[in-house]
Amino acid sequence: MINGIKKLAKNLTLSELRSGMKITAKEFVNTKITVQYPEEKTPISPRFRGLHALRRYPNGEERCIACKLCEAVCPANAITIESEMRDDGTRRTTQYDIDLFKCIFCGFCEEACPVDAIVETQIFEYAFESRDGSIMTKERLLKVGDDNEQVIGKIKAQDAKYR
Amino acid sequence: MMELWQSFVLGVNELMPWFDGNVAAIVIILIKAFALIMPLLLTVAYFTYAERKVIGYMQLRIGPNRVGPKGWLQPIADALKLMTKEIIFPSRANIYLFLLAPILAIAPAIAVWAVIPFDEGIYVTNLDVSLLYVLAIGSIGVYGIILAGWASNSKYPLLGALRSASLLVSYEIVIGFALVTVVMIAGSVNLNTIVADQQGGMLNWYFIPLFPMMVIFFISALVETNRAPFDVVEGESEIVGGTHVEYSGMTFAVFFLAEYANMILMAVLAVVMFFGGWHSPFEGLGVLESAFAWVPGIVWLLAKSTFFMFLYLWVRATFPRFRYDQIMRLSWKVFLPMTIVWIFVVALMTQLHIGPWFA
Repeated sequence: MINGIKKLAKNLTLSELRSGMKITAKEFVNTKITVQYPEEKTPISPRFRGLHALRRYPNGEERCIACKLCEAVCPANAITIESEMRDDGTRRTTQYDIDLFKCIFCGFCEEACPVDAIVETQIFEYAFESRDGSIMTKERLLKVGDDNEQVIGKIKAQDAKYR
Repeated sequence: MMELWQSFVLGVNELMPWFDGNVAAIVIILIKAFALIMPLLLTVAYFTYAERKVIGYMQLRIGPNRVGPKGWLQPIADALKLMTKEIIFPSRANIYLFLLAPILAIAPAIAVWAVIPFDEGIYVTNLDVSLLYVLAIGSIGVYGIILAGWASNSKYPLLGALRSASLLVSYEIVIGFALVTVVMIAGSVNLNTIVADQQGGMLNWYFIPLFPMMVIFFISALVETNRAPFDVVEGESEIVGGTHVEYSGMTFAVFFLAEYANMILMAVLAVVMFFGGWHSPFEGLGVLESAFAWVPGIVWLLAKSTFFMFLYLWVRATFPRFRYDQIMRLSWKVFLPMTIVWIFVVALMTQLHIGPWFA
């Protein structure tokens, strides 16, 4: 009986509706958490697995020795490598293609690489406008590496002690 | 030029003999209608912007801010988009009824504004039965929705139309009874008289003796305008879009306009009925009254209705949708008995001359 009256009074005074509206009113004046994407960006972890790059040694020599470990480990068969002996007797790639349509960005190629040649960068804005843009050729991979060597070196050094 | 004018006058006399050659009266009416409809449609446009902003803020977002400075041109971009879109007619739908439906929805939504008193002596027309006019014309709007559901020749619109019809039947009664109490106090169904009767400070406004009726009126207004949390007519997650499913482009935009015009109307009506219309809240407070004496009454009316319009958005941002049978139960088992009881209470208070309201 008493409980019934209490419940009735609670319903008639719309107490639950009012407490709900109090919450929305509080959030109304709260600081907003929206990130205005093209102008603002959220921080990216050093382990972020974005677009691939092929790195070089500081003297300009490309790191990749065409061991094909990345090709072997790639679960999506996205990597195609052809190699030959260069004039100085070292083994080098003539073709190093990554098909971005196949790639699942697992990062196994980076882990398999014995010379830290293939890496995944923090770049994630790499839209292309035709279907053949999906093939990252050796030239394009090297260019990504050359353009971002500073950043790549820094993030790989940050993450090195956890590997 | 002169001949053209004369033929216009003759034509007007032919069509509307009761004007008795008084073309100036017609021109004045047209100007009044224009002065009413233009700001109304502009308010509707920016009300949609305000809705997106307010709801966004309540959900910790910031809402539209890309089109123009701070997104102020967003409603204009929306309108342009809707205007340039194709109007698709469902195959085997009745095109005439299909096109008549949005017109039937918007025409009453705008026509009702003719009797709203914005300030002392500022109205399009002063009907003696303006409250009845509001209720009568206001309920015609639902024909637009029912017709839209029927003419679309599609299952979800039909379901929406059925829901809309039953909601109207239930809640028109509640609104009617709630407003009867106002009429009992004011002793008039003329909106001008009702507002004039609330003169003399905030204590004389009707929301004090009629507070439960005010709450019921507001909630019923939410139902009547198909707003969240009672938007079962559209019921996005249940019946896709209800009566709007088959409508695209400008036909959809007209429904949209009608809905928002109705919302603003209900907000203004709540102020007129319960919150003293154009009267300043500082009346009878000595210094404050003279300090705010320069503010025209229409500003007070609009400021008070803005609060109610905000309340619409606030409610929408807060509550989940009611189930259909819950809405029905609310009307028949809760609101209707409450209003009827309150009518008797008001009658008793009138007989006993309680407070400043029942003098």
